[in-house]
Amino acid sequence: MAELDYNPKELMVVNAARLLRDYDVVFVGVGIPNLACNLARRTHAPNLQMIYEAGVIGAQPSRLPLSIGDPSLVTGSTSVCSMYDVFTLYLQRGNVDVGFLGGAQIDQFCNINATVIGDYQDPKVRLPGSGGSMEIAGWANRCYIITPHQKRRFPARVDFRTSIGFLEGGDARKKTGVRGGGPEAVVTNLGVMRPDENGELVLTAMHPGVTYEQVAENTGWLLKMVEDCTETEPPNADELRILREDLDPQRIYI
Amino acid sequence: MMNGMDMTTKFTSLSDAIRQYVHDGDLVYASGFTHLIPFAAGHEIIRQGIKNLVLARATPDLLYDQMVAAGCARKVIFSYMGNPGVGSLRRVRAALESGELEWEEYSHFSMINRLQAGASGLPFMPMKQTGATDLESQNPNFKRVADPYTGEEVVVVPPLIPDVAIVHVQRADVNGNAHVWGILGEQRMAAFAAKKVILTVEEMVDEAVIRSDPNRTLIPGLVVDAVCHVPFCAHPSYTQGYHDRDNDFYLAWDEISKTDESVQAYLEEWVYGLPDRAAYWEKLGPEVHQRLHAGQRLSDPVNYGDY
Repeated sequence: MAELDYNPKELMVVNAARLLRDYDVVFVGVGIPNLACNLARRTHAPNLQMIYEAGVIGAQPSRLPLSIGDPSLVTGSTSVCSMYDVFTLYLQRGNVDVGFLGGAQIDQFCNINATVIGDYQDPKVRLPGSGGSMEIAGWANRCYIITPHQKRRFPARVDFRTSIGFLEGGDARKKTGVRGGGPEAVVTNLGVMRPDENGELVLTAMHPGVTYEQVAENTGWLLKMVEDCTETEPPNADELRILREDLDPQRIYI
Repeated sequence: MMNGMDMTTKFTSLSDAIRQYVHDGDLVYASGFTHLIPFAAGHEIIRQGIKNLVLARATPDLLYDQMVAAGCARKVIFSYMGNPGVGSLRRVRAALESGELEWEEYSHFSMINRLQAGASGLPFMPMKQTGATDLESQNPNFKRVADPYTGEEVVVVPPLIPDVAIVHVQRADVNGNAHVWGILGEQRMAAFAAKKVILTVEEMVDEAVIRSDPNRTLIPGLVVDAVCHVPFCAHPSYTQGYHDRDNDFYLAWDEISKTDESVQAYLEEWVYGLPDRAAYWEKLGPEVHQRLHAGQRLSDPVNYGDY
């Protein structure tokens, strides 16, 4: 088979899409997660249900939504409800299988910072804040994170815990009593990290051509690698065609 | 299409409504989650030079960036401060980083839950805890109490009761009975929570139109104090079925908001330099109007029955 050319963003979208299962109910944001969900729906998960934080259920946008509240999400969707309803009836009640999360920093135990770099009261860099991620990280059955692999994004400890991963590790998350199972995978442009039994992110897969040294150099803690660390399947021609021709033809996110 | 419009005291111009109901120091909630954001009302507040406002919104958006840059605010209450789909909300962010602006921060649900408490007349609203305690420990409005039935801890937040809520809707009658569709955000709760409500309306309709589809009336006239006919009020956000979101402007704002000078120049040209929203829409010009055309996808009518 001829080698395919793909870029790091396409690699992340394709690998994130593969984590989704048919019939999953996904709480989704715009951008890369939105592409991953739509790609999954067009390939192995035709019955995926997408819920947008703005209160749109079963969206089938006819164009690429450019904001979380794009009008194209509403037209042709199965239901639209208030934000109170989406956070209570869907998320808090336990009707969401998968949440996608992002943030400026993700730490060794998969806690996320989307709030502030430096001191909270005297911020060095003020970030956008939680939005819905505090609730999604706590209450969705499982969560995925998609982010480029850079050392500054993966410190050993985040400056501020906006959303829960596994806190200090061990059974710390479980002890809090939050209903959701927490992060299951972090997909980056270098590979995939997953929490081990202690909640610590470890390297479980690398993309073709990537070395452990490369990943370790871009991680802010001494990154462990599982013994059976695998190589991810490269994006196939079908996945790339759907992404490039149908989902994001203007190449806004990929 | 209005027949026999009653000149009630509620039906008024936007400038009169702002003058009457928005005062220095008020807590203002200009509602709308990416949809139906009442930009025209914010611009009128800027024009009237109202100061020291506490601006609350789940997503401050470009509107509060502009109002903060114009010097209207002393504090923001929010849960996500960004230029949606684009990046940083530069003026609010700069004001927070420099310490010029106070803030009070929530997650989306805790923010919305505060409105729900206010709208329901309750002393607080509970929510399941999220396991992430850093924000809880920074904002004393978050409290934990024991569930009286199981003893498990729940997080509670107090009511948010704005002095005035500004809510844009697709269509309403002169009494303020309003039909809203598309993304509903926190529109309804903001209206019920606030002490005073200014309704800005895309299309004024006869009461009979409202009565033809009562399930679509999310905001009843009984909580509305002022009704203002303001077509295209929401630009650069959008009004479902009337005009599209102006994504190009959201991108342009990322550039404009890089410096205070260019923001002030923008405000000079597009806010202070114009009398009202009609002039603003005309100034945008036919190319923008065409680009934001909504097209048509009608819903199937429902039969309420002839009883």
